Amino acid sequence: MLRAISLGLVLFGIWLLISGIYTPLLISLGAVSCLAVVGIAHRMDVVDHEGHPIHLGWRALTYWMWLTVEIVKANIDVARRILDPKLPIDPAVVTVKASQDSELGHVIFANSITLTPGTVSMRVAENTILVHAIATDMAEDVQSGAMDRRVTAMEGTVQTHLKDAS
Amino acid sequence: MQILLDTLSWLLLIGGSAFAVIGAVGLIRFPDVYSRMHAAGMTDTLGAGLILAGLMVQGGFTLVTVKLALILVFLLYTSPTSTYALANAAYSRGLQPLLGKRDTGAPPPSAPETEPS
Amino acid sequence: MFFAAILAILVTMSLALTRALLGPTVYDRVLAVNSFGTKTVLLIALLGFLTDRPDFLDIGLVYALINFIGTIAVLKLLKYGNLGTAVRELERNP
Repeated sequence: MLRAISLGLVLFGIWLLISGIYTPLLISLGAVSCLAVVGIAHRMDVVDHEGHPIHLGWRALTYWMWLTVEIVKANIDVARRILDPKLPIDPAVVTVKASQDSELGHVIFANSITLTPGTVSMRVAENTILVHAIATDMAEDVQSGAMDRRVTAMEGTVQTHLKDAS
Repeated sequence: MQILLDTLSWLLLIGGSAFAVIGAVGLIRFPDVYSRMHAAGMTDTLGAGLILAGLMVQGGFTLVTVKLALILVFLLYTSPTSTYALANAAYSRGLQPLLGKRDTGAPPPSAPETEPS
Repeated sequence: MFFAAILAILVTMSLALTRALLGPTVYDRVLAVNSFGTKTVLLIALLGFLTDRPDFLDIGLVYALINFIGTIAVLKLLKYGNLGTAVRELERNP
């Protein structure tokens, strides 16, 4: 229930930001459509920790900052490879361990791998992710598990926090 | 102050454009689908990010900046999802990735039907 | 200065279109068209700034979402050959 209310508030906030016209009629139309969307989402049973992961909170923000730095570094590396006339690529397919507890954690990890240029996740199985890398050293980078640990830290503490709350 | 902001916005736009064009060149130069995904991912992350950041600097503290930020967030959340769907579809259909000289002994891409639901 | 960025985006788009025409596999084409769509969003945003009409950003926002859903739909059709059934059920009894 708390999640549904917070989803409604977030949706209404986005409505206010995108619309930019604040007359009583438009604001009430927005409120009605937000209520309808929350109702539909509730009926679809997607208002849970996966559909609306507010519990990640500030930890998600610090993770995003770290990920941005990684993305910039990887972008420069891939750009160098593209511009090199010899095209120094060395593609490899490797299996990476995903030590997260929840499916949401797996999704965050796999998407982070894909978002970093140079590595693309190809299949997410139980606890492993198949990764295609443009170069062997990039594959080794992912296999070293720095990103895996960070994603686990982000959602692992959340798990205990949730248990405390319930 | 205005000149400073304009210069910053210029730099961001030029950087984003450069990354976008380099990524497109990679899209042409790379040998197979899987490696081309890396090039496309490059234009989608830093190319789009820097260009939208440059526009945000122009927009200042207005609703325009909020909309640009929303576009950026949508792109950053959807682009890895569609890239994963593409890689997964190609791989499940048995399309073999080209491998480099130093094969790391990864599982061969045959037998893709063991996918757990 | 927006004009320079628009020019760069147009070059990017034509290169992506070249890849879509060259192929060789259907996945190359989907990848190129998806990239083309992302660049369209950027082009719309830049055009909005060039002509000083910030309403263009709303179109860009919607285009980003439609582009994503379109790509996912094409890939689902390619992978399962069926758009009318949920993936959950298709994986249970293919």
